[in-house]
Amino acid sequence: MTKLLSVANLNVRFGNREIIHDLSFEVHEGDCIAIIGPNGAGKTVLLSALLNLIPYKGQIRWSPKARLGYVPQKIAADRQLPLSANDLLAAKARFLKLPSVELQLVSAELGLANELLSTSIGALSGGQFQKILIAFALLGRPNVLLFDEPTASLDELTEEHIYELLQTLQKEKGMTMLLVSHDLSIVYRNANMVLCLSSKGKTCMGPPKEVLTPATLEELYASPPQYYQHIHQHERERESRIPQEREK
Amino acid sequence: MRDQGLLLVLALFFSLAAGLVGCIALMRRMLLAGDVISHLALPGLGLAFAFKLNPLMGGAVTLFLGTFLVWQLQKKTGLATEAAIGVIFAAALAIGAAVTPSEDLAQSLFGRLDRISPAGFLLGLAAVLFVVFSIFTLKDQLSLSIFSTDLAAATGVKIARLDLYFLLLFSLTVLVGLRFMGALLASALIIIPSATARQLTDRLSQFFFLAVVASSVSVAGGFLLNAFVFKFSTAGPTIATFAAALFSLSLIARTT
Repeated sequence: MTKLLSVANLNVRFGNREIIHDLSFEVHEGDCIAIIGPNGAGKTVLLSALLNLIPYKGQIRWSPKARLGYVPQKIAADRQLPLSANDLLAAKARFLKLPSVELQLVSAELGLANELLSTSIGALSGGQFQKILIAFALLGRPNVLLFDEPTASLDELTEEHIYELLQTLQKEKGMTMLLVSHDLSIVYRNANMVLCLSSKGKTCMGPPKEVLTPATLEELYASPPQYYQHIHQHERERESRIPQEREK
Repeated sequence: MRDQGLLLVLALFFSLAAGLVGCIALMRRMLLAGDVISHLALPGLGLAFAFKLNPLMGGAVTLFLGTFLVWQLQKKTGLATEAAIGVIFAAALAIGAAVTPSEDLAQSLFGRLDRISPAGFLLGLAAVLFVVFSIFTLKDQLSLSIFSTDLAAATGVKIARLDLYFLLLFSLTVLVGLRFMGALLASALIIIPSATARQLTDRLSQFFFLAVVASSVSVAGGFLLNAFVFKFSTAGPTIATFAAALFSLSLIARTT
């Protein structure tokens, strides 16, 4: 298996806050790595660093063979822009100097109808918009797909459809994937490796069966201990007050 | 008469560049920041008048300094940037008004259509054609970065460089417009026609096309109206008012 990505001692800070601490891992061709963790643990930040969109310390080495496609979680796109889905896809195709059939091929693969392509981005539904973003990522024939919460805010039917699509890409095209997801059933179904990031900067990595145990999940998603302590203290104060009130 | 002819031709070419630049500026939501940039020409114009230099050269110097400043500010976001741009705007206008000899003030603020040298005409024409050519070559990168800077950067677009390039194109357009419109109204033909076109279409190619049409109709209409009806010393205000009238019509067209 060819190594496509190696990350060593990655550190990312925003001001004083350390988001990612000393993270190292590798990705091989055909891997599907699920990145899981609570909100604020740095999952999206990790993808941004891998795409070289934000400053970081440490090493991120992509093999020259890697061609990246990126499907972001949310786009802060101005929905009032006079851009149609096709304008956007065609702009990328022209910028990358792709042959003109490329856009037709990707559209056909994803079953994007002409009507959908000519719709202005502001008028697309959540699922349609997501499909356009996937098409955008697939233009240029990437062999690695970085996928951030692919189904957040989609209804179940659309969600199912997007995951079928992912499986097809993975199984039939041997696409390597880095998948940020909250949905553990998806992680079980698709991933061969799980990378967990916790808000305390702790990380773990391994096959789903080893990592997705109740113990690690509870540690990963549990509220920080000081929160409990705070409650306890609060309750203790209240408890100690109640008898006094009764005495009155 | 020859000067008037050359000026009208240059103004029409200018309207082409202004319409296109305006479309991009509108989509980037930087019409007002752009407006501020154009006012930065004023101190330069004023100083050049005071020292009897070529006013456009003076305007160019402060305009491009201001562009660089706004580019730096744009990289940061938040209230501080808004405030800084507001301060720069007021300061530029105040300093410009203070240093400009009073007899030249009206010309600096509103432009004047009188004489133009063949060299000035050719330089202006070259600048305008450069802007139009650049917008067409950068159209795809600009669309991508307007949609999402992250996706554009992940696709390989160099965002900071593109931002600066676009601001320079904006300033170059303003610089050509100074001659007709003055520092106060130079950006009017960038702002108003694109806003008009946006009212009328959701399609990108039509948006560009209609903005250019609105812009050139404003220049031709304003120029002729001023030459034959109002006979003001400068056509700038008539052109800008004509553009605003077209915008009002577009509002009516949209609601009906």
